[in-house]
Amino acid sequence: MSHVLKYIIFSLVFACMALLPFQGMAQDTVQEPQKEKFDAKSFIFSHTGDAYCYHITEIKGRPICVWLPVMVKCKDGGSWHCFSSKHVCELKEGETFEHNGAHFYVEPISADKYPGKLVEVKADGSLSRPFDISFTRNAFGIFLVCIFLLAFFLPAARMYKKDTLAKPTKYQGLVEWLTYTVLDGIVRPNIPEKKVKKFAPYLLTVFFFILFANLFGLIPFFPFSANVTGNLSITLVLALLTYIFVNVFGNKHYWKDIFWPDVPIFLKAIPLMPIIELISTIIKPFALMVRLFANILAGHIVILVLMGLIFIIGGMYGTGMGGVTSVISIFMTVFMFAMELLVAYIQAYVFTILSAVFIGLAQQEPEHE
Amino acid sequence: MLLSTILEAVSFVPGLVSIGAAIAIIGAGLGIGKIGQSAMEAMARQPEAAGKIQTGMIIAAALVEGATFFALAVCLLAVLG
Repeated sequence: MSHVLKYIIFSLVFACMALLPFQGMAQDTVQEPQKEKFDAKSFIFSHTGDAYCYHITEIKGRPICVWLPVMVKCKDGGSWHCFSSKHVCELKEGETFEHNGAHFYVEPISADKYPGKLVEVKADGSLSRPFDISFTRNAFGIFLVCIFLLAFFLPAARMYKKDTLAKPTKYQGLVEWLTYTVLDGIVRPNIPEKKVKKFAPYLLTVFFFILFANLFGLIPFFPFSANVTGNLSITLVLALLTYIFVNVFGNKHYWKDIFWPDVPIFLKAIPLMPIIELISTIIKPFALMVRLFANILAGHIVILVLMGLIFIIGGMYGTGMGGVTSVISIFMTVFMFAMELLVAYIQAYVFTILSAVFIGLAQQEPEHE
Repeated sequence: MLLSTILEAVSFVPGLVSIGAAIAIIGAGLGIGKIGQSAMEAMARQPEAAGKIQTGMIIAAALVEGATFFALAVCLLAVLG
């Protein structure tokens, strides 16, 4: 069939599919069902935030979830409670769940004080938030990434240890290629050769952890859909690790450059330069934290908003218009997913290379006069 | 009375926040555009150095974007916090 004819037929089929919902819209104006309004804000925050259970889908009104355990310790009482989140997540409005004398329920996302969190109702009716170390969706996501990294990289290490000079298999080749792009591209150019062996494990780990955590957050079905790196707490810990590695292993020369740099005396007598330098040691990891968090969270929110647009417009103008929107929305969402793959790799790369640069700057030897 | 009228009129914070976010994005667009421009010109002048130039461009773009996201985070905090 000629190329032009194929093109014409494809465009016609697509135009028909895109216009079908208008027919649905004509029939839709007859009945006006009373359905609950689509809550965009809680839709977005429930997907990007943390949760006590893994909600998969709803069959005939019954939710299908993977119920993760809740582990809390009540304040001024000190008793530990550990139970499946099934009990607290399926409560109706106003009910509480009683476990060994303490009453718990989960605040909805739209609440003011503790949105989405487990609270305890004390005997006098006041709410208190217990010490909460539950195994939530994000904790599950972190462990999943860790188990994946261990299962992916450790067998190669064992194979090399068993016989260093054997011909590498295809799997070993892949691991070697991945490791050397990071080692030769990120670690070696920035850290002096003597210290590479000391810092390479941390930098490699952080690169692959962030890369796979970002990628796993994009896969939309069961074990993978936890939004791990889009949370401030997790990026805070990663930035804190970089801060520790930079400052705890810093050279004497590095600390001298912060507190008594080679500048005219009037800049360091009133401690102007030292204070600026001290603040900058904190700002640099802080920027790492916010950059990773905001990039990943923004990507997730855009994808959720584009998909939620279908339901918002369907709620406002009827199901037919929602159908028309879904054609456009799906195209844009596919494009956003592709861009998110790129962003996942770039953010892991930038976090690691900036950590390497900061660590390298702290390991500099003074130039000899 | 004038103060209370003014205070009543300033209840359009969500609208102002959108304008603030848009201005932050203008800054990011201009900055990353300039980075891309100089990177393209340098790569055209010396194609052998294209790999290094590309690496530097990505790092500079990520730093500028990090600053933009600071501004966006402040805007979101103003609306939600």
